[in-house]
Amino acid sequence: MRLDLGAIAKAGTSKANQTCGWRNFKPIFHQEKCVGCGLCKIYCPEGCVTMVEKKKYTVDYTYCKGCGICAEECSSSDIEMVVEEK
Amino acid sequence: MSTTFIEGSIAVAKTVGVCRPHVISAYPITPQTHIVEHLSELVANGELKTEYVNVESEHSAASVVLGASATGARTYTATTSQGFLLMIEVLYNIAGMRLPVVMTCVNRAVSAPINIWNDQQDSLTARDSGWIQLYAEDNQEASDMHLQAFKIAENKDVMLPVMICMDGFVLTHSFEPIELILQEEADKFLPPFKPQYYLTPKNPLTFGAMVGPDGYMETRYFIEKTMRTSLQVIGDVAADFHNQFGRFQGGLIDTYKVEDASLVLVAMGSVIGTLKDVVDELRAKGQKIGILKVRSYRPFPKDEIYRALNHVKEIAVLEKAISLGYGGILVNEIKSVFYGKPKTPKINGFILGLGGRDITVDTIHHVIKDTVKATFEEKFVGLNEALIGGK
Repeated sequence: MRLDLGAIAKAGTSKANQTCGWRNFKPIFHQEKCVGCGLCKIYCPEGCVTMVEKKKYTVDYTYCKGCGICAEECSSSDIEMVVEEK
Repeated sequence: MSTTFIEGSIAVAKTVGVCRPHVISAYPITPQTHIVEHLSELVANGELKTEYVNVESEHSAASVVLGASATGARTYTATTSQGFLLMIEVLYNIAGMRLPVVMTCVNRAVSAPINIWNDQQDSLTARDSGWIQLYAEDNQEASDMHLQAFKIAENKDVMLPVMICMDGFVLTHSFEPIELILQEEADKFLPPFKPQYYLTPKNPLTFGAMVGPDGYMETRYFIEKTMRTSLQVIGDVAADFHNQFGRFQGGLIDTYKVEDASLVLVAMGSVIGTLKDVVDELRAKGQKIGILKVRSYRPFPKDEIYRALNHVKEIAVLEKAISLGYGGILVNEIKSVFYGKPKTPKINGFILGLGGRDITVDTIHHVIKDTVKATFEEKFVGLNEALIGGK
């Protein structure tokens, strides 16, 4: 791929930036005590938490940077940050 | 063409007007205010059709022209000093996105202490931002440069923003007879702006997306390479302007009585006028002395400067800015021109005129005598000993 003038790109091409490479800690969504408050989804700065069903949320590990905000905000301590060794 | 006795700021505003900018963003700050004020009058009187946006800060002023330029609009803004510093984050973005915005930096000192008078510290602070910087010697040149600036910036081989730097008060508030550019003359000189890439819902694009360590360096490489290309374009546009209007204020540099000179004064901006008076006076007494005006500061025309000065024995660089902790800025760039060359002249640096301190004919005589007498890195000229000396 050649860079174009000013690195101007087609819309949506930022998807190619897989920000998971920045991650040191990985959020594990246990999906056991979840009350479905949705705070993890609301606070995720990358917008990569999604609702699977009413009391079940999941995270897209392709873009999750491991910031830990979802685990910090989880109202039922159902998300755990674990060291990720690569 | 029509000659009018007019204030520098108004002349610039009128020239910007005939360039048919689609969007102008405006925030007042002394001594720049008259430019955007007059543009707003032109809009209010129905003489200029443009989207004139009043903003709440200079950061917004720069952001408005960034966004507008990305949609393919021809854009203009102006500022000075503190306002300029507030813009700097956006100025880098404008250059990085390769948007051909044109702005006037009215040169003024930077706080603290607060000082509204002229020096060139503000624009020199952004010398590494990727903007082309051109410095005007007088109001005719400042006015003419704006028409040239759009043509340089929008050249498909350039696509970089251009900053016209003009000395605050010394130029902006001075009245001079100016040959104003008429609408049909401007239209003949400056073709409509047709960028290769612009934002439109029909073809969605991303400007300024994240680029990681795998691609960022190449974006800098491209701008640096384009700066080299723009050396040619700046000269060509000045020549085009000469052809159509008969006026030539230099391309990348301008020289005055340099051909047989043994001592040359190097400077940027309005101080050149005073230098010319002194040079004429000393030439009449037989001293071989000349002037080199750096008109394009970025890109820096190393080869042109070397060609013009390689026969010279002594150079005095006069500058209204300083890199604190290092010294003169321009003087060190002039020195770098001679690095590795067979002959190096004596190059003395002079810091003067900071915060609006007058640069008089006597000041220049002092500089010349010092240069003939001694060799040194740089000197402050015209310091008030009562303020710094003794106990």
